Amino acid sequence: MTIDTRNTPDVPTQEPAPDAGTRHHSKRTSPRALTGAQLRAALPGALRKLDPRVLYTSPVMFVVEVGAFVTTVLAIIEPGVFAWWIAVWLWATVFFATLAESVAESRGKAQASTLRATQKQTTARKVRAPQDTLETGSRLDLLPTVEVPSSTLRVGDVVVVAAGETIPGDGDVIEGVASVDESAITGESAPVIRESGGDRSAVTGGTVVLSDQIVVRITAPAGSTFVDRMIALVEGSERQRTPNEVALNILLTSLTIVFLLAVATLQPFAVYSGSRQSLLVLVALLVCLIPTTIGALLSAIGIAGMDRLVQRNVLAMSGRAVEAAGDVDVLLLDKTGTITYGNRRATEVLPVGSVTPSELAKAARLASLADETPEGRSIVDLVDGEFGAGDELPLDAELVPFTAQTRMSGVDLPAPAVTDSRVEPVETLRIRKGAGSAIQRWVHSTGAHVTAEEAAELERHVDAVSRMGGTPLVVAEQVGEAPARVLGVVRLKDVVKEGMRERFDELRAMGIRSVMVTGDNQVTARAIAAEAGVDDVLAEATPEDKLDLIRREQEGGKLVAMAGDGTNDAPALAQADVGVAMNTGTSAAKEAGNMVDLDSDPTKLIEIVEIGKQLLITRGALTTFSVANDVAKYFAILPAMFMTVFPQLDVLNILRLASPGSAILSAVIFNALIILALIPLSLRGVRYRPASASSLLQRNLLIYGLGGLIAPFFGIKLIDLVVSLLPGL
Amino acid sequence: MTTLTPVFAAVAQILVLVAALAAVHAPLGAYMARTYTRPDHLRVERLWYRAVRVDPDAEQRWTTYLMSLLGFSLVSVLFLYGMLRLQSYLPWGLGFSGFDPAGAWNTAVSFTTNTNWQWYSGEAAAGHLVQMAGLAVQNFVSAAVGMAVAVALVRGFARSGTDARVGNFWTDLTRGVTRILLPLSVVAAIILMAGGVIQNLDPHTAISTVEGATQHVLGGPIASQEAIKDVGTNGGGPFNANSAHPFENPTPFTNIVEIFLLLLIPFTLPRTFGIMVGDKRQGWAILGVMAGLWAASLALTTWAEMAGPGAAPQAAGAAMEGKETRFGLAASALFAVSTTATSTGSVNSMHESFTAPGGGMLLFNILLGEVAPGGVGAGLYGMLMLAVVAVFVAGLMVGRTPEYLGKKIGRPEMTVVALYVLTVPALVLVGTAVAVVVEPGLAGIQDPGAHGLSEVLYAFASAANNNGSAFAGLATGTPFYEVTQGLAMLAGRFIPIALVLALAGLLASQTTVPATSGTLPTHRPLFAGLLAAVTVVVVGLTFIPVLSLGPVVESLS
Repeated sequence: MTIDTRNTPDVPTQEPAPDAGTRHHSKRTSPRALTGAQLRAALPGALRKLDPRVLYTSPVMFVVEVGAFVTTVLAIIEPGVFAWWIAVWLWATVFFATLAESVAESRGKAQASTLRATQKQTTARKVRAPQDTLETGSRLDLLPTVEVPSSTLRVGDVVVVAAGETIPGDGDVIEGVASVDESAITGESAPVIRESGGDRSAVTGGTVVLSDQIVVRITAPAGSTFVDRMIALVEGSERQRTPNEVALNILLTSLTIVFLLAVATLQPFAVYSGSRQSLLVLVALLVCLIPTTIGALLSAIGIAGMDRLVQRNVLAMSGRAVEAAGDVDVLLLDKTGTITYGNRRATEVLPVGSVTPSELAKAARLASLADETPEGRSIVDLVDGEFGAGDELPLDAELVPFTAQTRMSGVDLPAPAVTDSRVEPVETLRIRKGAGSAIQRWVHSTGAHVTAEEAAELERHVDAVSRMGGTPLVVAEQVGEAPARVLGVVRLKDVVKEGMRERFDELRAMGIRSVMVTGDNQVTARAIAAEAGVDDVLAEATPEDKLDLIRREQEGGKLVAMAGDGTNDAPALAQADVGVAMNTGTSAAKEAGNMVDLDSDPTKLIEIVEIGKQLLITRGALTTFSVANDVAKYFAILPAMFMTVFPQLDVLNILRLASPGSAILSAVIFNALIILALIPLSLRGVRYRPASASSLLQRNLLIYGLGGLIAPFFGIKLIDLVVSLLPGL
Repeated sequence: MTTLTPVFAAVAQILVLVAALAAVHAPLGAYMARTYTRPDHLRVERLWYRAVRVDPDAEQRWTTYLMSLLGFSLVSVLFLYGMLRLQSYLPWGLGFSGFDPAGAWNTAVSFTTNTNWQWYSGEAAAGHLVQMAGLAVQNFVSAAVGMAVAVALVRGFARSGTDARVGNFWTDLTRGVTRILLPLSVVAAIILMAGGVIQNLDPHTAISTVEGATQHVLGGPIASQEAIKDVGTNGGGPFNANSAHPFENPTPFTNIVEIFLLLLIPFTLPRTFGIMVGDKRQGWAILGVMAGLWAASLALTTWAEMAGPGAAPQAAGAAMEGKETRFGLAASALFAVSTTATSTGSVNSMHESFTAPGGGMLLFNILLGEVAPGGVGAGLYGMLMLAVVAVFVAGLMVGRTPEYLGKKIGRPEMTVVALYVLTVPALVLVGTAVAVVVEPGLAGIQDPGAHGLSEVLYAFASAANNNGSAFAGLATGTPFYEVTQGLAMLAGRFIPIALVLALAGLLASQTTVPATSGTLPTHRPLFAGLLAAVTVVVVGLTFIPVLSLGPVVESLS
């Protein structure tokens, strides 16, 4: 063990960045403007999707396609400039819809091909042994192995993977520890440690062992591994419509039927009124009225929503989970690593009695020099920073490691080695640090008599530190065989990550209650909760408590989201409506959750919620826009249809469109172009800022409702100015 | 009279009406909420439950509730049909013969569905027994059925995780009659009698007119009929002239009383709703939308009638054609808007003779789906169904799965609501389209051109929306119209009711989700405005093509 390299304050750099939202991953593509290359790549897919056997799942677009077909036939039977223009633009309308979906999918496809590269056939070294030996035996790496193709591996098989080899399938490490390069999946180039037992045992097929050797038990059959699922997800091949998407589709279908009826019955009324309409014009009217804008972009919006999660290195196992994320009412967040930095840090020394701060600090430093824990290192950092760097530990120092029984640690310095200028110790110096009760027991065991004042002062310090949400670490020393004495208390403090309070304020504005889960006692937990600004605390929490809390909230009709990594988090992850498993976690946790965060950053829950909301808002906004558009289209088309019989209807031609033909064609063209214009929005999602429901509604109604009412008047007029120049109309 | 300007008088009577409605709103709303939620039974109710062998305390699932309702309505139709057919053999028949099959079908359906469309003239076809034991009974129970359905839907919102149980149809039906409609009608009848409406069992009385001719004038239990005709938003009167007849509506005072009566329950049920879901503000929002739409329609119609655009009114000096001089323009417009907006269908003037924009507005009121404020019960449940549509779109825009009153609007809920929104417009459009194509349909049209289209559209809108008022000018006493109108009334009543109860069941099974600041607030003006917009836009977009060929063309002529 090296003990002389700990002056570098490297602790903070190892901790997750405070704001995960600003992190950029190598995999994340740059801002997503629609490029020509993307469109070209999406073209074949868009054409394939024109197949009516595929398109019928979108009733709105199916109706448009039928309309396009009918108008084409009409244009062939009775050729005319107007008929052909209408037919062409109706086909364009359908094509823009399939293009939108294809573009949305193409983004996933690029990622899928990267992932597929990790799936190349590898050779696995399978341990040959009876099943019960595989399940219970030890040192399996010493048993004979046989080389088999990775595709033949089955659940329960055990393989040995050495440095430089690719892990042949998903599994848990059952023996050994190794550093693994998981960049193929996470995009993170720094290797990660995978070891048997504990919460870091899961390995993913396709990742590469960089050092050492591990024994892995396969947990997923070939063909349904994590990477397989990822590919299916990002490609959208397994995409199923989410409940809300289905519900919206029902509304859109019923609107389509209403307009179908309105247009179909218009012919009898027109005949009665003596102005029979051509089928061409009726089809044009129908296509303009049915909600084509949202109908065309609906599936693109859904795919893009999943894609936005993938961009943030989150894999949702179902679209349902993404939607549920938008509805979350309660967010359970682990304290450690999520709300606070993963470890406590020393921030202050509090001496008792006649001890000076410097004495206490030096003793604490000596006791911590050999302590590899982050807490120990933070003590050295604190003392070196405030009191100047001290000596190194002598080589013959004896380390007293922390055990669960003694609940303290320290160091014994043999007499000759100590070279303090002021004192000339002739005897061994023993320093101990640990929990108050443990140190006091040790002090008593050396025959010390602690006065009431000293005891009271110590207790005051200990209490004060606890109340402030810190952990008191008591330091004592014994010189020779004399009774030991308590020097004082080091305050170890949980440091709340920067920006957490603002995030919780945002969550509150969105109507989401945050609950901090911690094993700390009530007093400490409340203090940290108050500092971080979370709404509630679950202190001294066991995994069962977590599960109970989730069930309780759900019984009250609330949706709960949580993040977790350990095997004992699995039941809670499965119970939660949105369970985000950390990629560093166990296979059990990853199986139980409905999302996996490849960055293993629990604060990402907040982003996931925002993406879920953004997805729904985009759907609602475009639906509103689509329906609001119809008003202007009526003003364009109806006067054009009936002006010959009822000249007084010219009053309604408020746009003063050039001719009946150009009016109808302009409406059809606008209807098609608006889909194209809104593809980027549907892929990006409408802008979302955390705010109350009222202000969100107000804003979106104004932009997409009122905007949808007004925009087509301008759009149709502009198109009409161009269309009226067309010859032959 | 001479000192009042017409505009001042118009505004004053509206203010009096609104003040009276406002005064009874809270107490009556609370009373109705108690009526439908308290456990005790009246002695007379117990007797009735024993007679029909039902357990009034058994909670029914929505399917049972619906079956009970349909069974009851079927029996009502058959009973009424029989009575109408056999009138000549029954006492107090006044010598009228029985109805022919198509006519009896039409009338039986009409009164059972709370439409009260009358293809016949009351005083020339229906005797006292048919009026009292047949039609008047349906006036009570069809109204009570509408309220029962509304209450069942409200319970769906109010309850949490109940295995789709939405109440007991028999209890709701009975209480609606015994505790709400009967007491209100008794009080109303007394007030109307005091105002000069007749109440007797006289047969035809021969009187000499000023010109010396002899006229046979029919008496009857008019005040009592009139009371439930308005309180139950029924509309079918004993006289063909309906509330324009001096026996039914003799003075401006009885006129305003009748308007008050037909608006009373529809405008008060939102209060009942607010109380039952435990948030009165929700009731205010619904009331606000209903009142806003009613007021806008009233303002437009009154303006149209008083301005009197069009050649005939300009020549005559005012649009008084088809209106009673004792009421005048404003009171006729107020009555017409209120009766078309409440699915009542009683009239104190001939809607066909309204100015083109005024008549178009009345038609639009009906096409709105009778939700502003709509028929007793039907208005509330219709508006709540539209609120679900509004919540769905608005809910998406705030980034959550849409929820209304703590109930999520998912796929099954949306399916039911989408079908509901489809049903009545489909009936109206298809019915009208058929009528203007087939010969028997065209034969009934008395005015050619755009006005004729308005007449047919009005007839089918009125039937499918269970309004019952007629635009006049359309001869509907023919087998074609009797049968098709009957079908439109039947489908327009019971398909929506089945869907409403299905939604009630779905909602009642759901656990209520507590509201957070991320939840769309449905009691604020913003949402009320959105709901009004959804109501108008959905209807508008559906009917703009046909309206543009009817009233719009007429108005622009």
